[in-house]
Amino acid sequence: MVGIVAYGAYVPRLRLSRQAVYDANKWFAAGLRGLAKGERSMANWDEDSITMAVEASRDCLSSHKAEDVRNIYFASTTHPFKDRQNAGVISTALSIEQNLSASDIGGSLKAGTQALVAGLNACKNGGPSLVAAADKRLARVASSNELNYGDGAAALLCGTENVIARLVGHHSVSMDFVDHFRGDETDFDYGWEERWIRDEGYSKIVPPAIKAALAACKLKGTDITQFIMPSLMPAVPKQMAKACGVAEGAVRDLLGATLGDTGCAHALVMLVDALETAKEGDRIMVVAFGQGVDVLVFEVTAENAKLPKRMGVSGWMKRRKEEKNYMKFLAFNEMLPIEKGMRAEFDKKTALSVLWRKRDMIYGLVGGKCKVCGTVQFPRSQVCVNPNCHAIDSQEPYAMAGLEASVMSFTADSLTYSPDPPAYYGMITFPEGGRFMADFTDSDKEQVKVGAKMRMTFRIRDNDTMRGGFKRYFWKAAPA
Amino acid sequence: MARGIKDKVAILGMGCSKFGERWDSGAEELMLEAYKEAIADAGIDSKQVNAAWFSTAIDEVHVGKSGIPLSTTLRLPNIPVTHVENMCASGTEAFRGACYAVASGAADIALALGVEKLKDTGYGGLPGGRGGPLQALWSANGTAPGNFAQLATAYMTAHGVSAEDLKKAIGHVSWKSHQNGAKNPKAHLQKAVEMETILNAPMIASPLGLFDCCGVSDGAAAAIVTTPEIAKAMGKSNIVSVKALQLSVSNGSESGHNSWDGSYFHTTRIASKKAYEEAGIKDPRKEVSMFEVHDCFSVTELVTMEDLHISKPGEGWKDVLDGFYDADGTIPCQIDGGLKCFGHPIGASGLRMLYEMYLQFQGRAGARQLKDPRIGMTHNLGGAPRENVSSVAIVGRYE
Repeated sequence: MVGIVAYGAYVPRLRLSRQAVYDANKWFAAGLRGLAKGERSMANWDEDSITMAVEASRDCLSSHKAEDVRNIYFASTTHPFKDRQNAGVISTALSIEQNLSASDIGGSLKAGTQALVAGLNACKNGGPSLVAAADKRLARVASSNELNYGDGAAALLCGTENVIARLVGHHSVSMDFVDHFRGDETDFDYGWEERWIRDEGYSKIVPPAIKAALAACKLKGTDITQFIMPSLMPAVPKQMAKACGVAEGAVRDLLGATLGDTGCAHALVMLVDALETAKEGDRIMVVAFGQGVDVLVFEVTAENAKLPKRMGVSGWMKRRKEEKNYMKFLAFNEMLPIEKGMRAEFDKKTALSVLWRKRDMIYGLVGGKCKVCGTVQFPRSQVCVNPNCHAIDSQEPYAMAGLEASVMSFTADSLTYSPDPPAYYGMITFPEGGRFMADFTDSDKEQVKVGAKMRMTFRIRDNDTMRGGFKRYFWKAAPA
Repeated sequence: MARGIKDKVAILGMGCSKFGERWDSGAEELMLEAYKEAIADAGIDSKQVNAAWFSTAIDEVHVGKSGIPLSTTLRLPNIPVTHVENMCASGTEAFRGACYAVASGAADIALALGVEKLKDTGYGGLPGGRGGPLQALWSANGTAPGNFAQLATAYMTAHGVSAEDLKKAIGHVSWKSHQNGAKNPKAHLQKAVEMETILNAPMIASPLGLFDCCGVSDGAAAAIVTTPEIAKAMGKSNIVSVKALQLSVSNGSESGHNSWDGSYFHTTRIASKKAYEEAGIKDPRKEVSMFEVHDCFSVTELVTMEDLHISKPGEGWKDVLDGFYDADGTIPCQIDGGLKCFGHPIGASGLRMLYEMYLQFQGRAGARQLKDPRIGMTHNLGGAPRENVSSVAIVGRYE
């Protein structure tokens, strides 16, 4: 049996108030008033599709061993690197390197489902596949996309054992229907008229594909209990379902009111959202549209109820902070030429040779444990840090990313450059041993206290804009 | 224990430039300003200097590397010049080198000169971005105020001191230094400040406000040292001699091992204990007449007075509020205004502290002259509470 064996998700903590966006832009675009409802997820300045995919993957793998993964597919239309495998950063952060085939998949809003199809195919004969999808799309100021988009990620582990959702079948068509595009000279999407997209695109391309998938699965539309189809036009999924005999009650909510559309990740985000409450026997259809259409059908098994609890979409959605500061949203996305001061000018050049030597430390947060005295320490060094030991060459790698830390001392620094001042950082200690001076993220004054429990999270540390945007990633502490 | 340095080295002359935002001067002019005073005070000329130690900490923004900038600026007679760098403790390190040369007999007369020209960077505060290519990948992107602010949070936690009490105590530390600095014509900041202004100043790195942080200054200071015997032979009286020189350097246990709680300077405790032994001081709270300590931040001074074994752990804040370290208190601390007001041109600071001691022992400290000081301790700290070099010197009258 091939299918999904575990799922995970990630949604950034910040939720941008659409009313706040509209209030800032209504002088120019009064027509957006209808969209000025609810909120959209907003990545922190130190988050991108890689960091969000890492978090979703950690959530997904909380019940499974990362080292068993044999394939990793990372879908995004906003991969931080054009040439440097983005999936490789994720796998290094997850401390998976050996026996691993990694791929980036992009170029379309069905990249997420394409990655899922690839993962399902690969796990048939190559061991478990991790499929991660994330998007953090920019949109022009005062555009509808700015209000409709959200930032987020999903991850699915595909395998053949203890399957929670069996793949019943899938069907794909690919055609160059350009409803929108993003050329390589811009950060922004350019779209054609919505009614044309609906009438000539969705209505003519999607129903035949769904019907073909149903036929291949020997199912009828009424057999589908959960229908997942992202679209920026909320009425469209219902129209497509209706055209194929799928009950209106089966059509899943698009999560638009509180999350927004997370790009090529959204079909998988919605799938994770569905799996969190799905019952044995549920038949889930996932439809993703973008220069063609992918249709996948899953049947939920009894194993789904046994999957250990995780954050999932619902858990991350509950971790929420409203953001009404639209200027901050623009600044975080480098869409505002804000005065950063000379302290922002320090060179961020990364010694790639150092990064390679220390990749387990930097990307995996792997420290050391002394074989002689048992002291856990970070970073791993040749001489044990314990003042009563100092054994030489005694340390074995010790993974610390999953450990809970606590704050020993901290400050809120208004002098150092931070895109989100003041910069919170402090000495964090791990109960097993080990400590280091860590940057904090997703932190508010009320949350950061001596003794506060912190969770490690993979984030952007610096962006080397002098060299075309080399992101430095490392782990930060966030309130648990 | 080794025999130590006590009374083997005498200060023959000292000099110190005016500290401050010296827009008129580069490092070279500052060096010469301090050197001219020192050499006149010593009553020698450059040909009599056998070796020199030259300290800077952030030389990449002014003189650059090596001993050449000192040798060239002073036109020294092709003698050995060693460039030393040990962060903010560099000045005391230059002094230590010169003293060891004289004590060993390798030199009769040696020079220690420290300089820092920081006000050519275009912005306030210390230049950032140091540390190697690995550190840049993981250690928090902090500043000096942010690192020392954490000493305050850890100190409050360790000793159950309320934020209000600590804020008042560290405010008093700065208030006192401003009172003292107002009497020092060479100080960067020569203005007394009201307590209210200090407590209500903008936050730099919580809980440290603007007045809890020392400024960034340009300046230079120099010491010329020899043996007490040579000094006497040159007809010097009121000789000031070196009683102890100690340096303790972190080995990573504070930053990497959970045995340290962040509330004190592990190295300062070690260095000061060794220094008292070297100087033969049994009860420092009774025997030391004055302190010049590394008050880069107000809380640093407060905690340092505990780590120098003067105030009891957790009670330094009470001594501060009692006025124990004020100019008219039991042991004046920072009678020259300290780093806070005299200023902190990094490579010069350790030598500046010794300069004040030297003036005080010779009765030449003008409006801030203390009554009959006999023994003084300087403390010069580089780095952050979690990882630092802590340097102490004890000097006093040669008797």
